[in-house]
Amino acid sequence: MDKERINQIRIPVLGLLMILFVGCATEDTQTVANFTSQITMQDEFDTDGAPNGNVWGFDIGTGENGWGNNELQYYTNRTENVKVENGVLLITAQREDFEGSSFTSARLLTKDRFEQAFGRFEARIRLPYGQGMWPAFWMLGADIDENPWPAAGEIDIMEYRGQNPSVLIGSVHGPGYSGGNAISKEFELLNDRFDTSFHVFGVEWSPDAVNFYVDDVLYNQITREDVTGTWVFDKPFFILMNLAVGGTFVGSPNTETVFPQSMLVDYVRVYENTNVR
Amino acid sequence: MKNKKYINLRFIVLLSLGIVIFSACEREFSDDVEFAEFPPNGDVFIDAFSAGLDYFPFVDAGADPEAFSVETNEVFAGDASMRFDVPSFGNGFVGATFNTTAQRDLSGFDALTFYAKASQAASIDAVGFGISGETGNRFQVTLNGLGVSTRWQKYIIPIPNATNLTSETGLFWLAEGASFEGDEGGYVLFFDEIQFEKLGTVAQPSPAIFSGEDLTEQTFTGSTSTVTGLTQTFNLSSGENVTVQAAPSYFNFESSDTDVAQVNELGEIAIVGEGTAVITALLGGVAARGSLEITSGGGLEAAPTPTVPEANVSSIFSDAYTNATESNFTPGFGGSTTETTMISANGNAVLSYVNNNFTGILFENTVDGTNRTTLHMDIFAQEPGVSFEVQIRDVGANQMIETDVNTGFPTEDDRDFRFTVNGLTVGEWNSIDIPLDGDIASQKNNLGALILVGGPNFLLDNIYFFTE
Repeated sequence: MDKERINQIRIPVLGLLMILFVGCATEDTQTVANFTSQITMQDEFDTDGAPNGNVWGFDIGTGENGWGNNELQYYTNRTENVKVENGVLLITAQREDFEGSSFTSARLLTKDRFEQAFGRFEARIRLPYGQGMWPAFWMLGADIDENPWPAAGEIDIMEYRGQNPSVLIGSVHGPGYSGGNAISKEFELLNDRFDTSFHVFGVEWSPDAVNFYVDDVLYNQITREDVTGTWVFDKPFFILMNLAVGGTFVGSPNTETVFPQSMLVDYVRVYENTNVR
Repeated sequence: MKNKKYINLRFIVLLSLGIVIFSACEREFSDDVEFAEFPPNGDVFIDAFSAGLDYFPFVDAGADPEAFSVETNEVFAGDASMRFDVPSFGNGFVGATFNTTAQRDLSGFDALTFYAKASQAASIDAVGFGISGETGNRFQVTLNGLGVSTRWQKYIIPIPNATNLTSETGLFWLAEGASFEGDEGGYVLFFDEIQFEKLGTVAQPSPAIFSGEDLTEQTFTGSTSTVTGLTQTFNLSSGENVTVQAAPSYFNFESSDTDVAQVNELGEIAIVGEGTAVITALLGGVAARGSLEITSGGGLEAAPTPTVPEANVSSIFSDAYTNATESNFTPGFGGSTTETTMISANGNAVLSYVNNNFTGILFENTVDGTNRTTLHMDIFAQEPGVSFEVQIRDVGANQMIETDVNTGFPTEDDRDFRFTVNGLTVGEWNSIDIPLDGDIASQKNNLGALILVGGPNFLLDNIYFFTE
């Protein structure tokens, strides 16, 4: 099984990805999703101002217990924390006293606006850096209100610690494998970092597996066999993007952490999986 | 495990693709492409001295030339490392630069890296590169206080701006020694795999001048000063910020009004006219933190002309009186950082003290102050907070300055009186009268010196003893 996955080599040119994928996908019994480039959601962030309200909503405030992670920021939808400018979405963390918190930032989500099961979900992002910066591009099960976390499921396409600027983490959480027991993998960029240029973070999600990508590199595949509980990735999920400050996962910012700092999102694109095996 | 293999394989594909593309491009180069003039060789010491490298100990400064050797047992990799035996206090220090005879093009690298360990935990006073006699250390870089442990560990010294380094000879230098009794010394320091590398993860430059502070200065036409506190900071892939001292030539200095102040490549500021100018800098296109706002009131006005009758005065330095004695204004005390110069204020000679920590005015003949009651000085402060101590010294019957080297206080038959000058109005002359009080009230017939401690920058004129 492992060998078969290894055998699937793609030429690392993003533009050729889809075409060559079809060429490779027919060989062997590998379980990588196989789909055409049917786009179902696309935000290129080309209109200055607030993000498109038909696609994006906001979480406001501090949630319960810092969104369950002792995060330090207060999320707002003010332009100081979130805006579209010069073709990118800027999610900006500020050091300021606001409603009892010492930091502000923003968290966008497509809940009740765009939800989809399976497909390719990708975003092109330049990340901030420094101790305590915790940006993420991720998904939650759309039934989360009826079926609370972790039963609803979570797919972390990208999360990152500002103090490890070359390391990305991709994970899935579900019942029996959440929080510190999530099924997770780190990927380290060689001779490069995530805060100096844009990188494409993506998953290709099929009924039996989630493949994790950075740019043209497939660095992990999580299958039904890999999770230590029920596989809950067979229903619609919605997308979240946020820049948290502090919290259990990263620790608090220090005096050297630069504020304000932004997570820059060039685009978010979702493709439909039209040829599920 | 499965994924690791996958990635490795993928990198091989990437790599081979890269090679194919590269060699394809190479054929396309036209005749007028300019290649780097000097070889882009980043090796300094891998297992031996790299091409053209030589050892230049700082012997004139007191470094022990025998402190360095090539080690073959204690190595990080390969079969040799550099070994430095740091002497104990009082026996010299480790200090040397390793330079090549032929220039290297280092513009394709972003850091000097090496592995280091020591026979005991230690903090290396200074380590870096860019010492070069031919260029006056134009692109010198220094990392101060590098902590090394007893385990081999990799260290990274970022290049402030690699585009400057197209013809370097100074590849590695260090200085470490016991600077006081009880400081670490008598231990061994090892370096291995010293090389310039393109890490690709040296990022988020944050240069600074004046240590990142926004300073102000009141000054006058004709004066000079220097941009200080020059650093470059990078964030490494470890998440750590590393700050190095960067030579002025890495920076592009700017003056907001060149009719008021001009600043050259070495960070030397010349005040050329009346008005206000702000000195700022860029390093590699990134604005440096810190600035200096200079207000020049035009030419320096002369200090107020003294009115005390000459008969009641024993003068040390004044155009208004005949000197009671000639004096040495630049005694060159060991450890002194003071630059003392005589400049002109509207035709009058004045003394300029820059970067004073301690200096003195040593009288060639003692002055009998028996009938004098007071010391007068006119003082001009260019920035807020100028504060210094004047120690009026009577050297006693033996006419010798006798001082306890540990405490600085007079010994034997010497006596002094100490007075702190502060609360000065900036940008104008302040007249100060200091009583001949304390220990010299009853012994002032052999006044021999004025010791000046602190400052750091001020002007003096009309220094004389008088009778009230």
